[in-house]
Amino acid sequence: MSAPTAPALDLTPAPAAAPAPSRVLRQARTEALLLVRNGEQLLLALVIPLAVLAAGRFFEARIGSFQLLAPSVLALAVWSTCFTSVAISTGFERRYGVLERLAATPLGKGGLLLGKALAVLAVLVGQLLVIAVAALLLGWRPSATVGSAATGVLAVLLGGAAFVALALLLAGRLRAEATLGLANVIYVLLLAGGALLVPLDRYPAAVRGALELLPTAALGEAVRAAATGGALGWPLLVLLVWLAVAGLLTRKVFRWLS
Amino acid sequence: MTDRTTRAEPALEATGLTVRFGDRTALDDLSLTAARGAITALLGPNGAGKTTFLRCCTGLIRPSAGRVRVLGHPAGSPAATVGIGSMPQSTGAWSGIRPLELLRHLAGLYAHPLPVDALAARLGIDDFARTPYRRLSGGEKQAVNLAGALVGRPELVFLDEPTAGMDPHARRATWALLGELREAGVSLLLTTHAMDEAATLADRVHIVDGGRVRLSGTVAELTGDGRSLEDVFLASTSPHAVSPSGAER
Repeated sequence: MSAPTAPALDLTPAPAAAPAPSRVLRQARTEALLLVRNGEQLLLALVIPLAVLAAGRFFEARIGSFQLLAPSVLALAVWSTCFTSVAISTGFERRYGVLERLAATPLGKGGLLLGKALAVLAVLVGQLLVIAVAALLLGWRPSATVGSAATGVLAVLLGGAAFVALALLLAGRLRAEATLGLANVIYVLLLAGGALLVPLDRYPAAVRGALELLPTAALGEAVRAAATGGALGWPLLVLLVWLAVAGLLTRKVFRWLS
Repeated sequence: MTDRTTRAEPALEATGLTVRFGDRTALDDLSLTAARGAITALLGPNGAGKTTFLRCCTGLIRPSAGRVRVLGHPAGSPAATVGIGSMPQSTGAWSGIRPLELLRHLAGLYAHPLPVDALAARLGIDDFARTPYRRLSGGEKQAVNLAGALVGRPELVFLDEPTAGMDPHARRATWALLGELREAGVSLLLTTHAMDEAATLADRVHIVDGGRVRLSGTVAELTGDGRSLEDVFLASTSPHAVSPSGAER
């Protein structure tokens, strides 16, 4: 264990915290690095959205308008990164004692959460850029206005935050394996039936009212509208309510220890 | 980091600490102190409350009653947290991170950390520096976790079974390092099941059972009647079941 040539260490105590912004940025950088390095996360973040995009372009006649599919895939990317990836990674961080270790450093619980949020944001921005460029290359021609684009960005931010809160709610209560399973099931269910990829007006009229209340439907509709020059208000309200409820619940029940 | 008033206080002072998990009482009016610049050992069977106690000290569990002061500050406060290093019993690292990445990450949270390369060399981490954490052996993980607890140059270090899983060479090297830390003025509180470890290292031993301190003293005081430390331990504690997760609460 002790190398004969190991340099001497000055073990005299000298505890002092690094400045808060530097601690948070350090946390964000490490989390983003680990997210990007993880093969499963890359599958969720890029491979699946790009595959859907390519399939939509080449089977447009059967699937529907590519001009609507492209923004839907952007919404899917927000869903996969902010919900599924965060739930799974946080569940295992809790299980492996990462949260326990970091919460007992100068980073603290607040810095840890802020760092995680920044990491997710960085990954999300990179992911949306890659998907948007790919969509443009495949023939997507958005007709967004400044106002509609701003509404779309706001919806992405609100939706992303609500998804992260929901992810932490799962990861902070369930065992890591249960979080892994449930997060994937919810991901597929809402991807397929939550009006995320498929516009709301393609669903039977009887279920539209209920679907409108889902955060995935709200985000999908808001981003699709933004890409075609529209600015919907109701999705923002739905996302805000989900964010508030999930945020409060998570704050109340989240457990740092496994 | 500490002013004259807090410097006069023990490194750690727990008074009347009670923690309940549902119907189960994990800590039951537990009181103990750990002196500055000394190694204090906490002995107890599985389920005695040792890990729960350490988690109270690091501010991760809020007690139902009682208080803990760490380096003269309330446990979990920023002033207390900055001065401590913690080596949890569980893994304490992302599965995909490499040892030096983890240590550089932790070092970046402090203003005057130990030099990571020198620390890694001292603990032999260089040999497996590029191996993802999940692929390390139990002893290698322990070495990384120990380095993580020390990298911020703490005044007080909490070590939850620090040599579990280590081979005898690594164990002896760790003992030597803990001795050097004490010589440098660091206070250490460690939990262990190894009686020889406590007998070799500890300036003071607390034997805990059922969430309470049953016996306290130096090893010489506890074994003054000719019994071994293990005999004293067995006589003052009762066997406990391990929780379903395998982790002590």
